[in-house]
Amino acid sequence: MATVTNGVNVQALLEARDALKASPEAAQFTWRASSKWNEGVHTTIKVQGFSGLGAEQSHQEESVFQADHPEVLAATDNGITPIEYLLVGLASCLSAGVASVAENRGIKLRSVEATLEGSHDIRGILGADSDVRNGFNDIKVTFHIDADASAQEIEALVAQSQKRSAVFDAITNPTDVTVEVA
Amino acid sequence: MCRYGSTNCERRRREATIERFTVVVIGAGHAGLAASHFLSQRSIDHVVLERGEVANSWRRERWDSFRLLTPNWLSRLPGWSYSGDDPDGYMAGCELVSFIEGFAKAARAPVRTGVNVTSVRRARPGADGGNSAGYRVLAGETEIACRAVIIASGACNLPSVPAFASAVPGAVTQLTSFDYRSAGDLPDGGVLVVGASATGAQLAAEIRRSGRPVTLSVGEHVRMPRLYRGRDILWWMDAAGVWDQRYDEIEDLDRARRLPSPQLVGSPSRETLDLNALASAGVELAGRWAAVRDGRALFSGGLRNVFSLADLKLERLLGTFDDWARDTGRDAGLGPPERLEPTRVPDAKRLQLDLRSGSVRTVLWATGFRPDYRWLDVPVLDDKGRARHSGGVTESPGLYFLGLPVLRRRRSTFLCGIESDAGEVVEHLAAHLTRPVPPARPVPPARPAGSGLDGT
Repeated sequence: MATVTNGVNVQALLEARDALKASPEAAQFTWRASSKWNEGVHTTIKVQGFSGLGAEQSHQEESVFQADHPEVLAATDNGITPIEYLLVGLASCLSAGVASVAENRGIKLRSVEATLEGSHDIRGILGADSDVRNGFNDIKVTFHIDADASAQEIEALVAQSQKRSAVFDAITNPTDVTVEVA
Repeated sequence: MCRYGSTNCERRRREATIERFTVVVIGAGHAGLAASHFLSQRSIDHVVLERGEVANSWRRERWDSFRLLTPNWLSRLPGWSYSGDDPDGYMAGCELVSFIEGFAKAARAPVRTGVNVTSVRRARPGADGGNSAGYRVLAGETEIACRAVIIASGACNLPSVPAFASAVPGAVTQLTSFDYRSAGDLPDGGVLVVGASATGAQLAAEIRRSGRPVTLSVGEHVRMPRLYRGRDILWWMDAAGVWDQRYDEIEDLDRARRLPSPQLVGSPSRETLDLNALASAGVELAGRWAAVRDGRALFSGGLRNVFSLADLKLERLLGTFDDWARDTGRDAGLGPPERLEPTRVPDAKRLQLDLRSGSVRTVLWATGFRPDYRWLDVPVLDDKGRARHSGGVTESPGLYFLGLPVLRRRRSTFLCGIESDAGEVVEHLAAHLTRPVPPARPVPPARPAGSGLDGT
């Protein structure tokens, strides 16, 4: 696997894995976002800095996201709804995983596309039925992958990418969340 | 008169009562006894120290219906194999104890039972930078000086239970597979079995048969049919050479060593005990138990993927077997290749379970085991307390581990893997003994090199 086929630097990742085994403190990352409410249910979120490898780090550029609700929910639709950002995170995380695992297994990818559907009963957030949860009831991800590999090998790529996915874990397992007023 | 002061006096008095052996073997299970067999073969004097009786964990730390996963014909120890009339059967716990006792007698293993080792340390701590003269083994009043130690105290001494067990409401009875004996001992009502290795799957099936509602929390697992193409699945592992893969050929050795035991049961009917069989028997499947919040068990929503991982892995394994059978011209003697139905995803998703509602009366932890090395005062453990070794050989010369999963090859995890492991570890040990013993004091009178084995 000397030739990089999908543009993922797997060698660097494997070296980082070995290095961080020996120094777990450097593996502690903190990802950050900051938000500012505009009006209605429209919020602007900015992401740039994070910390990791024992130092303050930064993306090359700041990314700015708009979150709002659609007009059918009586809002101004300046951006996607917050819960759709979960789909954004999941899709990108699983796709990155597919590419990395494929690279590591020497599989050349021609295209990786996914469609995501999160089913959501909005009676929960509206308080219309206390038996309905606020979040997704379930999420379905469908991958379409074109690669030099058997159907079974492609299934294995997708399974392994879920196994090592940060967002898949964050969505499928409970996370301790603290929300406070400073 | 004492010239050296009281501590030295005391030490000298103690020196007088110290026993000496060339090798101390800790544990008289199948591994320790196999080591003893090979040590005796090489006329290396040794003693086997056993905290309880021969085959102690099989006697006291297994449930009533326990049977070995390997068929009898495959349950081999060095120079000792099954001689009964059911070679395709699986030994019950008591049969296994007799089998190992028979081996201990045949091997004339010098076993001391009821000896609980409390410390193993280098004979001259620190000063000699690893060029150690040997070890001191403490066991109650007994102190033994030896040149080498083989730790064969087992991989499953203590149950591993996640920290959130302490958040389970007090009204729910909690026990581990160490404490469990039979379903009849459990309180009436629902049981949450945690972990889907051989142990968890077997106990979930057994408890369900007692009529209790059972939920099984499933994380990563190893799926295997009992029979494949008419042969025991472990016949395939053995014959096709999967078990012969050496530890230094395995890409992710750490993972191979932590792999849960396959979902197998050694029952007279030779049935398959996979998750589909459990679901058909009425066991409810839930994802990996992730946390307790407000008295509720929260399970992972990633159940589908652990099914996929196990199904795909099994397909690859069966593919390997089919290739081997074809390439070695064995297809004629075997049934046709088979593919198993994928693990069925339950219609109703269980993401949480209220532990306060009374529907669950018992939580049974089948979440694995870990070895107990609290008595080991030689720095050969990693930061998680696991043995650091290369094929059983540690960085501390003369100190060995034996009887751990995938110690020297995949076969090592099973009873029949001990013969080659013990033979090779003892071979390494014998070579170690032929190296010159470093002088006990920093006065180096020339000593003939290669003075041979101590005590012989």
